[in-house]
Amino acid sequence: MLSRVAERIYWIARYIERTENSARLVNAYTHQMLDLPSGVEPGWRQLIDIIGGAPNFEEHYRCFDEHNTVSFLVADDFSPGSILTSVSMARENMRTTRELLPTEAWQHCNELYLQVRNHAREGIPRRGRHAFLKDIIFRCQQLTGLLAGTMSHDTAYDLMRLGRNLERADMTTRIVDSAIFILMPRRNDPGQYDNLLWINVLKSSSGDQMYRQHVRSRVEGAAVVKFLLQDRYFPRSVARAVAEAEFSLHHLPRNEAPLLRILELRERALFASIDEMSLEDMHSHIDKLQLALKLVHNEIFHTWFQVQHPAPRNDATATAHA
Amino acid sequence: MSIDWTHYRADGFYDEMIDAPGRPRSLAQGMVSHLQELSGDEIRARQQAAEAAILKMGISFTVYSEGSNIDRAWPFDIIPRIISAREWARTEAGLRQRLQALNLFISDLYGEQRIIRDGLFPAELLANSKNFRPECIGIRPRHGVWAHICGSDLIRDDHGDFYVLEDNLRVPSGVSYMLENRVLTKQVFGELFADYSIQPLADYPNHLFDMLASVAPRLDMFPEVVVMTPGIYNSAYFEHSFLAQQMGVELVEGSDLVVGEDDCVYMSTIDGLQRVDVIYRRIDDLFLDPEVFNKDSALGVPGLMRAWSKGNVALVNAPGAGVADDKVVYAFVPKIIKYYLDEDPIIPNVPTYMCLDRGERDYVLNNLHKLVVKPANESGGYGMLIGPTASRRELEEFARRIKADPRNYIAQPLLKLSTVPTMCGERIEPRHVDLRPFILQGEKMYVTPGGLTRVALRKGSTVVNSSQGGGSKDTWIVNTEAA
Repeated sequence: MLSRVAERIYWIARYIERTENSARLVNAYTHQMLDLPSGVEPGWRQLIDIIGGAPNFEEHYRCFDEHNTVSFLVADDFSPGSILTSVSMARENMRTTRELLPTEAWQHCNELYLQVRNHAREGIPRRGRHAFLKDIIFRCQQLTGLLAGTMSHDTAYDLMRLGRNLERADMTTRIVDSAIFILMPRRNDPGQYDNLLWINVLKSSSGDQMYRQHVRSRVEGAAVVKFLLQDRYFPRSVARAVAEAEFSLHHLPRNEAPLLRILELRERALFASIDEMSLEDMHSHIDKLQLALKLVHNEIFHTWFQVQHPAPRNDATATAHA
Repeated sequence: MSIDWTHYRADGFYDEMIDAPGRPRSLAQGMVSHLQELSGDEIRARQQAAEAAILKMGISFTVYSEGSNIDRAWPFDIIPRIISAREWARTEAGLRQRLQALNLFISDLYGEQRIIRDGLFPAELLANSKNFRPECIGIRPRHGVWAHICGSDLIRDDHGDFYVLEDNLRVPSGVSYMLENRVLTKQVFGELFADYSIQPLADYPNHLFDMLASVAPRLDMFPEVVVMTPGIYNSAYFEHSFLAQQMGVELVEGSDLVVGEDDCVYMSTIDGLQRVDVIYRRIDDLFLDPEVFNKDSALGVPGLMRAWSKGNVALVNAPGAGVADDKVVYAFVPKIIKYYLDEDPIIPNVPTYMCLDRGERDYVLNNLHKLVVKPANESGGYGMLIGPTASRRELEEFARRIKADPRNYIAQPLLKLSTVPTMCGERIEPRHVDLRPFILQGEKMYVTPGGLTRVALRKGSTVVNSSQGGGSKDTWIVNTEAA
């Protein structure tokens, strides 16, 4: 597969995953805001902080209110993290690699794009938000399922799985970190609703049910962090996503350097003792995980996506034109 | 309200479906009676379904002048065009004959130039040809084929006879739309297929791949074939990607390729560099290799011409093949067929006046208001003069241009292009069409059954180019005997 194409395929998966994650995040966050008595909730700004979008946000908006923040995450074309931008980028990458992917997948992605382009604004007011976001999540899942079920699990698929899982691990660390960030300043004075915050963290990554089935304890900070970072079975946990990425890496050619990086990441993610960590420790642990994720990405770029220009060996036999 | 054919009139033109008001030609009877059974609402629903499918399937083309809106949905008319298999068989034979002769002609021009020595083709025409590439002299591509893929534009006159209007030998486009049009028709008008025995098109990508593989330089290997595109902003990008997908080969850009010190072409892949055998290139000669042609070309590959001339890679179509894709050379094609094959042309040319010839030039200048004038090396319908509808200013401007550069202009009578029934809002009206079949030549030859029908959607217009308000139709070659 061409280096350039490999890069686009990898990004298709990242952008589709990012679309779905953003939709889940906004949806779960909205539900939390509805649950909490006013004055207690962390405010809408946190949504922007999770995706690290504050500098860009402030270029376009003055106030971190519900309309602005949701618009920034859903419908703004100037926002690099919005659902609209992610879907457009996924579509553009797929449009330029469609010769490699099942035709159905392109059509599906194209429909997803048209749906978002034409209806994203309807997802901003509370009235239409839930339905819009549910539909987007569903379409992303359909697309992921379509690819899993119809395309050969070959190099292209491995690159997609790689992109999807790295994006997923990254988002999970962000969601966990956002909660830690809120709790840190008031750790000596835990609020009445802190547990609700952790429930919301689980919901943002669709992990509330699986947490209860597998952890079998009440929802409590360290246990949630541990579940989302280290659980081996939950598909959106960092450990599981990293394992999936590693599995894909094993099938790719010339994979020594990226494999080394991901092994480092796995060590870091799996073997940290979360139970003994303070909130500050958790925060700096997550920082390191994010850095390690970035290093994996850089190594992947360097190994497979950069166009190579060495002089080839001189062993080909020239055949004259017949 | 269903369609009322009694109001359908193609006054003075040959309509391919309706003979006289209310009277369909025999082959069209099934289609006409079927359309008649549908209500206006039903027909509109079909057209809307087709438009929705086009949007959903992402069938698009690009228009340069539209700024950021680079992708436009493909304009498609749901009523198929019908041509009888018997009529088509003769046309197909004519197309094969034509491409065979053109390839012999191109080989000769880059070889011994017998046709010039024998005095049939003027040396000065070659000397002034924009598409003759001296760099190609002496090179002999496999099977003697330079133009592997040809898209010839055919029209039918007021008697329904086929003529060749031009041959596209550089990078002819449109075949993907031909294939997608059939897919669309099956989706929205599936029941029509029951009444007819229609020759299938779907195996074109197989024929294309086999042809490409047949010109690979390494005979002992399964050939690595690629499609080369100028990139996503090219107007035909959709087609480049479509063909690569259908053939299951890589779609490359110039920046993906590199020529090694061994003068072989490699592509940069995740496995490392990988040798390429055949490049179906969809970029013009002059952008192929910045070492030889356009120095500023960022689209091409330095050293590509060297690799090709040493026989290490096949380029399809070969560089320089465009020498025969020239409206002045066109006028010589009947003589070219006679000279190389000793046969009479099966499909005639449209009568063509060459401004290079003093007598013909005088005729053209005196009759500009009756003629269509075309520059020799333009495509896409650009730079043309349509005499009967031109203003005095335009006529004078063209007279001046012809006198300044007579070799660059030819003129033809304004043709009475045939019409076919076409959806125009609520009604069905006659609109002018042409037809672009695709002819492949490698080790063997292949002609698409039918081709891409382009239709001028504006009333009375004969400009069918999609960049200038043209649409398209599915084209059926229908078996009449064994139906």
